[in-house]
Amino acid sequence: MTRIWALLLGATAAMTFALVVLVAIPRVQLRTLEPDPQVPPYTATQLAGRRIYVSEGCVYCHSQQVRDPSFTYDTLRGWGRPSVPTDYSWDTPHLLGTMRTGPDLINVGSRLPDRSWHLLHLYQPRAVVPWSIMPAFPYLFEVKPAAADGDVVVVPPSPYALPGRVVVARPGALALVDYLLSLDRTKPPVATPAAGAAP
Amino acid sequence: MTAPAASTDVVTLRDLDEPGRVPALVAFVSAVAWLLVGSLLGLVASLKFNFPDWWTGWAPATFGRVRAAHLNAMIYGWASLAMLGISVWLVPRLVHAPLRWPRVATGGIVFWNGAILVGVLALLAGWTDGLEWLEFPRSVVDPMLIVAGGMVGVTLLGTVLGGRARHLYVSVWYVAAAFVWFPIIFVTGNLPVFRGVESAAVNWFYAHNALGFWLTAIGLGAVYYFIPKVLGRPIYSYQLSLLGFWTLAFFYALNGMHHLIGGPLPTWMITTSIVASVLMVIPVAAVAVNHHMSMVGRFASLRYSPTLRFVVLGAVAYTAVSLQGIFTAFREVNRITHFTHWTIAHSHVGVYAFVTFVMFGSVYYVIPRLVGRDWPDGRLIAWHFWLALGGIGAFVLALNLGGVLQGLALMDPQVPFQASVEAAAPWLAVRSLAGVVLTAAHLVFAWHLWKVLRRAPTVGPLPPWHDPRPVVVPPPGPWS
Ligand code: HEC
Ligand code: HEM
Ligand code: HEM
Repeated sequence: MTRIWALLLGATAAMTFALVVLVAIPRVQLRTLEPDPQVPPYTATQLAGRRIYVSEGCVYCHSQQVRDPSFTYDTLRGWGRPSVPTDYSWDTPHLLGTMRTGPDLINVGSRLPDRSWHLLHLYQPRAVVPWSIMPAFPYLFEVKPAAADGDVVVVPPSPYALPGRVVVARPGALALVDYLLSLDRTKPPVATPAAGAAP
Repeated sequence: MTAPAASTDVVTLRDLDEPGRVPALVAFVSAVAWLLVGSLLGLVASLKFNFPDWWTGWAPATFGRVRAAHLNAMIYGWASLAMLGISVWLVPRLVHAPLRWPRVATGGIVFWNGAILVGVLALLAGWTDGLEWLEFPRSVVDPMLIVAGGMVGVTLLGTVLGGRARHLYVSVWYVAAAFVWFPIIFVTGNLPVFRGVESAAVNWFYAHNALGFWLTAIGLGAVYYFIPKVLGRPIYSYQLSLLGFWTLAFFYALNGMHHLIGGPLPTWMITTSIVASVLMVIPVAAVAVNHHMSMVGRFASLRYSPTLRFVVLGAVAYTAVSLQGIFTAFREVNRITHFTHWTIAHSHVGVYAFVTFVMFGSVYYVIPRLVGRDWPDGRLIAWHFWLALGGIGAFVLALNLGGVLQGLALMDPQVPFQASVEAAAPWLAVRSLAGVVLTAAHLVFAWHLWKVLRRAPTVGPLPPWHDPRPVVVPPPGPWS
């Protein structure tokens, strides 16, 4: 046989080796991991909210992981304890993130438990945090002349107030906030056989 | 495979180039169209940092969607299509056999374009798989990409296997291997069976290898072709080429977890990737020495050949981005830079100053040979080059600096988060200005391509700006 076969086989071998080390072995190791009962599966609404988090690309500005104090000062920012694999048992796709244009959100539900704060913040971040560069998401809300029964109303302060009209959260915004409020991994993790994750 | 008797026939370059003409042309022209689309998306994404209340009423224009569309239009549209173009053009030349089944290749390239179009529209409509670098919906777009890429891959591997060359040149190693590697990683990355931290590990296994075994592989393949080709002298060392190729194959594939340093994965995975990252010094040094030594004494040719100018700069950027990457993989550095714009700067040194520059150089070399006439205006090439170089220089310097300042602010628990946003802000404004300059460079390039395509064939000898003039070679230095 000519050397092309040696080339193609060698190339496949290199990739297969890496697949075994970084995909297959971790799968075997992580499979023994039992979900932490303190981290329940997401509810239907929370999942719907999570889908909006995914589709609007919040992950490109927000991480969902706290690194170990031996390594960084993440914990001193009040972002919570270091994250462990069982914090993510129900996460698909994962949303660990690689950017912190905004703060880490893995425990935002415990840090900011107020639904109306989140709704206003999503409608217009600068209405609550003047220096924010987070995009506003007005399309998750509806502006109408008067609120109907059951509408969740957001009241933007000036200069964002709209005299004579009301801002009402659409179902997407409510679901998204439901998801954000579910982000709370502050309790110490329940030890599981393979929970040996550190930085 | 034995060489057929026909190998004694006289084969001209034109015979080898001819069947690949149409697929290469379709790939290059559509690649440049995606470059323009991706530039506008990148520019919009960048401006969103400076003007967060600009154009917020329409969901497809929100930052998160535009950014995903930018990455995918650039990586799978511009870079990958240009790489498919250079592959179908280069491989026949190097294995001394015309492209097999060229219509299948053209069909694959057209279908690939269709997949990108559907994918980018899906992302803007908010339909995404949510994994970085794998955003395209796996139920529709990813299977299309596999079929389309498979069609091109089959014609290339068929060409290589039916080739007549007794020796396989380095560029063929990289290109042929890339068409084996990419399907393996792309299918693995899209398997819908992973969740939690495992999903993160597989995500970055894929994304890292898409850089190392797709973009870098074909990018280096092109560099290995053009430097010796334009200079008319062989590559410096065959042994170094071998060493560089095989160490890249074995070490790079283990690098992926360096994107998750400090993350909630088993520590041994991250440590493995950090060690493998440091071992990357070997292939990077081998390739750098090989390319540099091939250039030594001929740097004056850069003045005459735009191809060489772009490709050599790309090769230098490859060394630079790799050294920066190795540096970034150390825990002591990564703890500061990980979640900052430093990473975005590193990204663009790699995908722009290395891969995109090499592809620019390739287009400048190949297009005249596909259409039988030369680039009409050397000044436009100069404008393109200097705008692109200035733009990417400003982009990278600004974000490296802004990223470090942002990272240092994040690492100081005494200062509020606000400080990290404010530290980066002015540098994000510089990045937007750089984005305007880069977009202008791409418009000049596309305009020039349009002109060369519309122009009547040249009569007489081709003007010199893609072939070097004889240059005065200085007396042998200490290395030669
Ligand atoms: C362009 C980057 C960017 C995007 C995209 C983004 N954010 Fe933000 N986010 C920020 C910044 C910067 C802050 C800090 C300032 C502030 O509180 O507004 C922030 C703050 C937050 C906070 C408050 C956190 C805290 O601890 O104070 C929440 C909650 C939040 N974002 C949720 C979201 C959600 C949900 C999305 C997607 C719909 C999103 N963000 C998209 C940049 C972004
Ligand atoms: C030896 C070579 C290299 C090493 C060790 C290396 C290392 C790294 C590291 C550690 C990161 C993660 C940064 C972080 O998130 O903290 C990274 C990100 C990145 N690198 Fe490299 N790099 C190398 C070469 C390259 C090359 C050649 C390219 C381009 C072709 C490239 C493109 C990127 C991109 C695009 C990212 C960002 C990925 C993302 O977050 O979306 N790198 N690199
Ligand atoms: C007109 C020139 C360009 C501009 C203005 C631009 C702008 C941007 C912006 C604003 C981001 C998002 C950064 C963030 O999330 O903070 C980005 C990310 C990215 N761009 Fe570009 N870009 C340009 C050219 C390119 C090209 C030519 C390519 C590829 C060939 C490319 C590939 C990427 C990639 C891979 C990322 C993700 C980086 C990461 O996650 O680390 N860009 N770009």
